[in-house]
Amino acid sequence: MIDWIKHLPAIIVVLPLLVAVIAALLPARFGWVLALLATAGSALASVVMMTDFMTRWAGFRMSYHLGGWAPPWGIEFSVDHATALVIMVISGLGFVATMSSKSLFANEISSDDLGRVYGAWLLTFGGLLGLVMTADAFNLFVFFEISSLASVTLVAMGGGYDKRALIAAFNYLIIGAIGATFYVIGVGFCYAMTGTLNMLDLAVRLPEVNDQIPVYIGLAFMVTGVMVKAAIFPMHFWLPPSYGHAPMAVTTLLAAVATKASLYILVRVLMTIFGGIDTLPQLILQWVLIPLSLMAILLGTILAIYERDAKLMLAQSSIAQIGYIVLGFGMGSLAGLQAGFIHIANHAMIKGGMFIGLGGLAMAVAGKTKLNDLAGVGRRMPFTATGFLICGLSLIGLPLTAGFISKLYLITAVIEAGYWQIVAIVLFSSALSVIYLWRLIEVMWFTPSNSGDGRLPEQVMIYAPLWILALANIWFGISASTITEMSYGAAQVLMGGMT
Amino acid sequence: MIAPSHAIILGLAAPLAVALLTPFLGKRPQLRDVLGPIGGVITFVAALQVALAVIAGDTPEWLVVNISSGLDFSFRVTALGAIFGLVASGLWIMAAVYSVGYMRGTNEDNQTRFAAFYAIAVHAALAIAWSGNLLVLFIFYEVLTFSTYPLVIHKQNAEAIRAGRLYMGILVGTSLMLLLPAVVWVWLTAGTLDFKQGGILSGQLDPALAPWMLALFAFGIGKSALMPIHRWLPAAMVAPTPVSALLHAVAVVKAGVFTMLTVVVYIFGYDFVAETGASTWLIWLASFTILASSVIAIQKDDIKARLAYSTISQLSYIVLGAALASEMAIKGAGLHIVMHASAKITLFFCAGAIYVSAHLKKVSDLNGLGYQMPMVFIAFFLGALSIIGIPPLGGSWSKFLLMAGAAERGMMLVILVLAVSSLLNVWYLLEPVMRGFFMTPKQDVKVSYHPLVVIPPIVTALLSVVLFFVPWPFSTLISMMVMP
Repeated sequence: MIDWIKHLPAIIVVLPLLVAVIAALLPARFGWVLALLATAGSALASVVMMTDFMTRWAGFRMSYHLGGWAPPWGIEFSVDHATALVIMVISGLGFVATMSSKSLFANEISSDDLGRVYGAWLLTFGGLLGLVMTADAFNLFVFFEISSLASVTLVAMGGGYDKRALIAAFNYLIIGAIGATFYVIGVGFCYAMTGTLNMLDLAVRLPEVNDQIPVYIGLAFMVTGVMVKAAIFPMHFWLPPSYGHAPMAVTTLLAAVATKASLYILVRVLMTIFGGIDTLPQLILQWVLIPLSLMAILLGTILAIYERDAKLMLAQSSIAQIGYIVLGFGMGSLAGLQAGFIHIANHAMIKGGMFIGLGGLAMAVAGKTKLNDLAGVGRRMPFTATGFLICGLSLIGLPLTAGFISKLYLITAVIEAGYWQIVAIVLFSSALSVIYLWRLIEVMWFTPSNSGDGRLPEQVMIYAPLWILALANIWFGISASTITEMSYGAAQVLMGGMT
Repeated sequence: MIAPSHAIILGLAAPLAVALLTPFLGKRPQLRDVLGPIGGVITFVAALQVALAVIAGDTPEWLVVNISSGLDFSFRVTALGAIFGLVASGLWIMAAVYSVGYMRGTNEDNQTRFAAFYAIAVHAALAIAWSGNLLVLFIFYEVLTFSTYPLVIHKQNAEAIRAGRLYMGILVGTSLMLLLPAVVWVWLTAGTLDFKQGGILSGQLDPALAPWMLALFAFGIGKSALMPIHRWLPAAMVAPTPVSALLHAVAVVKAGVFTMLTVVVYIFGYDFVAETGASTWLIWLASFTILASSVIAIQKDDIKARLAYSTISQLSYIVLGAALASEMAIKGAGLHIVMHASAKITLFFCAGAIYVSAHLKKVSDLNGLGYQMPMVFIAFFLGALSIIGIPPLGGSWSKFLLMAGAAERGMMLVILVLAVSSLLNVWYLLEPVMRGFFMTPKQDVKVSYHPLVVIPPIVTALLSVVLFFVPWPFSTLISMMVMP
């Protein structure tokens, strides 16, 4: 291995956190450039790291000891196939979201605030990356707090023009704090029983005390806390309002990456930390997560159909999509975990693109996102709307898009596990999802516009990032092997424990 | 002569190129409208090359990319695929010429959008025909659905939007909820999705489950318009007639029955179907659809609606052939794809020509019109005779083979169904011709000709005659479908 590659895990996380401080201190006009550079740096480093991982066997693990303190005493950053994939998704989507953010912020946030906003933006971004990277259960809590406090600030920035954003941000803050507290209580129980905080160490030591009640209590607290963070039904209620009322750029960032990190933590907690304990994590997967994910899939889809505001519609659909990911994980099999990871990657591209596109379309009609306001914008803004449409078709799983690959692998995993009833539910809800997308298409293209028929101005910094994601959706829908193989490696790592 | 694998690329690229170039020529309609026929000729030549290669015993192949381990995005032409490729591309030439005349004659809006999506639909149909495995077939099956949506709702009024919802609802709903799990089931059972002579499921699938899997396919392939999932087809008639002619008489619906036939021949293997009796129920459902939709067709006064129900009935002939799963029946079903396509496109062309020239849509208004537009009515007559199955028209061959196939399986009742259906065809398809020639006109009708809408039906009608005397290369290709 080339020497500098081993420093990549630290660079990826520390770079955005450091630049966050600089961005907050320097004049506002530097905010976007700094954020762009920091996210680009992390994304580039992730690409290098993932390329390295693609050539390695699935058990390979990269360990970085912060400050040179060896684990289990020091804090360790640990990267394996699962980590590398999720890091790639978060940093890549974070970069694309940052590209589009300047134009999207233009109408919503006063330019004087941009320095601080980008400070919080980078803290969110770096916090999420740290969350995924760290192998220390308590350090994970710290990153939880960094990212969620920063993202609450970002959501609250919507309060400048939409007071509902303040309520949503407050709820987000409280619920997020409860989730994090539950998690840290759980960690406390485990620490009390084993005397260690390192995840790998926990994985080894927990099975030794698996007849003790506190271990189960610790597991319950940790899992519940992470489920709140990951917006898994029925702990999802904070998500639609915060996505729906936050500034569009913030929604883009959060929808694309925020819950993905928590979903990853969920499966890590269950399969890695508690993976050595027989049957209990499997029982949680099968009897808790599968039923809840099915509720999420159906409820999210149905609520999206009845939603009359496009932004909230997409937020509701996120609940259902999170359900698909959790369902894959819930299968507890190699194929199921693979399907879950594939959809983590693909859904990030899909929703990121859709929110950027919606933001671009909404800007042309004074920032409104009600369906009626969007009448005819598809014809009037062809570049933005077509990119949005491609991501939308990927959302419903049209073949030749990434969404289809997700669906194919998920269905395969579920059929393989023999759950025919669940296949029926998944397919039924994915057919229902066509309805809400179709409502958008009919409004945007085939409904007479409210204000003339001329072309509306389109911003290149919105449709360029949008098209990057739209083309990625097509590329990974045809040549899916990059994602499917990385996900397969990730699934193997989790099935085999973190050894 | 070009290599067969290059012919595949050419045949797929030509319609796509037409679709991509069309939007840039929106301001120059002459150039835009000549693209379609040129693309049609290129595609047809390519399809002919591919078919000749298949006849020569070759298997034209093109591996595009590896989707993921064990799944290739590839094209690999079977004998049946060669047939469908020839039909779709050959009739596209005529349909492209015709649609220029029709769209100009009726002064439709959004002609550029129309031409672009029309070409994409043809591209998807060819990709279906030449697909290398069931997954690629499914992919383009969906692409075909989505690319025809803008054509169905072309008029953009409330009726068209409603029809569009029904169209998408049934086609996407059935394919997602039934066809996709069927494909995955095959994958998990057989470990492959490749098309193989003799099928891939024999010995892998529990015979007790075979009827269920076949049912997932039969109802999942909504495009074959088996009752009770046929409603989308009459609804789609709200589209301009060139769409009804090429897509809802040839490309889309034939893609449906093609998929069904492919599944029976190359996935199940028709011997396996016959041995397990997996398709017995399907024989009766197809028979019911044949008769029921003919009865409905009789009651329809709107020409296009009548033709739509006639199509539903004729499609079930092909499904019936697949379900009978005997050598003759499979051959008959394969041939019926060709014969019905050339005949039914003629009828739709005529219906559209009558609409453009005389602005009439109802059968009951056609009295005496035959003398004003004799060529159109003669073409309609020939097309109708071919569908009824009277020599010397092509349709008689496929009907003969289907009846022979039913006899092979000892299904006398099915022969009766086919005979009764022919009588019903006579009733509802010859009525417009009789009214045209033998009844006195109700009102004065002004007829204004657009030559581009009259020539194509004549050509396709003559094609139906030619196919009776020279069924080559289709006669060879259908024998290759049932080669052991």
